[in-house]
Amino acid sequence: MKRRDVLQGAAVLGASTAIGLPHIWRKDANLARAANGEIKVGVLFSLTGTTAIIEESLHKATILAIEEINAAGGINGMQIVPVEEDPASDPATFAEKARKLVLGDRCVSVFGSYTSASRKAVLPVFEKRNNLYWYPTLYEGRECSKNVVYTGAVPNQQQDEFVPWLIQNFGTRFYLIGSNYIYPKEENNYCRKLLARYGAEVVNEEYVPLGHSEFSSVINKIRSTEPNVIFSTVVGDSVVALHRQYRAAGLDPEKMPMASLTTSENEIAAMGGDAAAGHFTSAPYFMVHQSPENERFVAAYRARWGDDKVTHFVSEPSYFQVYLFKQAVEKLAPSDISPPTVAEAVKGEELTAPQGQIRLERENLHCWLWPKIARARSDGQFEVLKDSAEWVAPVPYAAYPDQVCSENGLQQS
Amino acid sequence: MDFVLQQLFTGLSIGSILLLVALGLWIVYGTMGVINLAHGEFVMLGAYTAWVLQSVFQVGLFASLVVIFFVVAFLGWIMERGVIRYLYRRPLDTILATWGLGVITQQVVRLLAGGELRYVEMPSLLAHSTTILGVELSVYRIFIFVVVAGLLALTWYLMQRTAIGMKLRAVLQDREVASCFGINADRIYALTFAYGAGLAGLAGALVSPLKSVSPEMGTTYVVDAFMVVVLGGVETLMGTVLSAFLLGELTGFIAYLQNDTVAKALVLVAIIVLIRFRPQGLFASQVRA
Repeated sequence: MKRRDVLQGAAVLGASTAIGLPHIWRKDANLARAANGEIKVGVLFSLTGTTAIIEESLHKATILAIEEINAAGGINGMQIVPVEEDPASDPATFAEKARKLVLGDRCVSVFGSYTSASRKAVLPVFEKRNNLYWYPTLYEGRECSKNVVYTGAVPNQQQDEFVPWLIQNFGTRFYLIGSNYIYPKEENNYCRKLLARYGAEVVNEEYVPLGHSEFSSVINKIRSTEPNVIFSTVVGDSVVALHRQYRAAGLDPEKMPMASLTTSENEIAAMGGDAAAGHFTSAPYFMVHQSPENERFVAAYRARWGDDKVTHFVSEPSYFQVYLFKQAVEKLAPSDISPPTVAEAVKGEELTAPQGQIRLERENLHCWLWPKIARARSDGQFEVLKDSAEWVAPVPYAAYPDQVCSENGLQQS
Repeated sequence: MDFVLQQLFTGLSIGSILLLVALGLWIVYGTMGVINLAHGEFVMLGAYTAWVLQSVFQVGLFASLVVIFFVVAFLGWIMERGVIRYLYRRPLDTILATWGLGVITQQVVRLLAGGELRYVEMPSLLAHSTTILGVELSVYRIFIFVVVAGLLALTWYLMQRTAIGMKLRAVLQDREVASCFGINADRIYALTFAYGAGLAGLAGALVSPLKSVSPEMGTTYVVDAFMVVVLGGVETLMGTVLSAFLLGELTGFIAYLQNDTVAKALVLVAIIVLIRFRPQGLFASQVRA
């Protein structure tokens, strides 16, 4: 076969496929989103690559919620069908798989992402196709998309109570350390504002490369600056290295504790309880939280995925956001189910999550949550020291007082 | 001036970890000329062996070191016999093959042990700090330094003072002539590769109480190890030693004065500049033509 024939053949084949599958070109892209008593949703968490370590647990929590809902009769009698894709911890693959889920599988929503980088990568896909992305991770805020439902905490929800509490209990000298990317920088930016408000000082602020594992120079600097609190937004395997080397260096959490926004039960399982004991974390959810909903969640999670597994403050939103999705879809007639109608229906919805009663804020699609302050114990669990009295409103632009995220998008004042 | 002494010790500690990881690579790359991109995976296998011995068989780190060395050396031996021996004098193919083997190893470990991060408990005897010359130091880091010094001496002794080391040096100089004198070159190569792999395994086991254990952990170590060996000049053991401590001190001081991100970048720039003007490395031996 000559080369030209091959090319011609390919062209003809390409053209006929395009004509032969007219539904791709159909004008009304929302038609038949819920066909044959099935609702397709995408599940987009990495099962391979560097962040698979944590995303695997988010995947498991999501699947658990879907299975529970289906077992209890589905949504208005319709079963949720998860379409699972593995984006391999790579932002470009995230975008590609998101496009496949939105265009190819015609999912009505996609649950996914752990890192900010992967969320930013899929954002254009969901905004362009007006689809809906459900993002469970605590993150740096400063985003106001109408196509993302954010169920994790933003800086004001983790820090507003935490920072003054730390100043009161340990002192005013803070050492800020984070991994070198956007999330720690935005958190520290907000932390500096809070510290200035309460008259505390920053003795040093520094960032280590992602995946960094040699902290001896950092520990020397901590020794010589003698801070009262080490405010840590280090992520991934660096968390483990930092804690283990802190302990090996003989530093004492009683005098100079690490206060983290990123250390969960999952990280503690990876570093060992001894290395984590005595350090503090602020988050809306801890596995030890006492509530009937949480007991049910933990029991179901362990029964499904294994007795040694832990739940944590990212897997809990991964779980309850599927129920939030269910509540929104329940309000719609099957013929009305489409990403924009789900986005509209979910606004202002409330439910009792394992952490407590949560609400999706109408203005910015973030959640009202219940921040808690806890100290790690050597058995790998936390001890909750302070529970917020009220649920706390999400303020994604807390560090930028002249910007407000509203239902009409970002408002400048 | 307090911090100078403190950073000097810190640099020695960072350097000793670098040397620990690079020593095995030097054997394989520096002497045999095999560009082994799966070196990091031997480090990872060593760390996982330590983890398995600890969590399944409840064996402490001290007791498991010898076992770890032989387990990883055996895996290295299999790899040499199975793949590498067909690729001597084909450097490009070796790069591809060893990289592929590295990826396969990572995924096999992920399938067997799971993707979670693991850790190895530090021996409680060493899990505290001590003061030397007014500087507070982690006892475990001192322990690593001592072990590295021991391994270095052992390696030097094996290479220079034993029959097998002499045979290795003979094979490296001229394989055909050495074979004519009755040396089994195949066996020498396999043993040397296994020894290098075993050293990498020990490195993984020794760093695992300080760092985290994951299937991907080897990737960063292999880069560090190549930097050390290339900078030192591939032929000399002393070059590798000196360049490891040089890099350790450099990283430590820049990280202290600036931060680790800057340190990483500056050290890489320094290496690139150096090998531009001294491609044979810092401490290349004089080769007689």
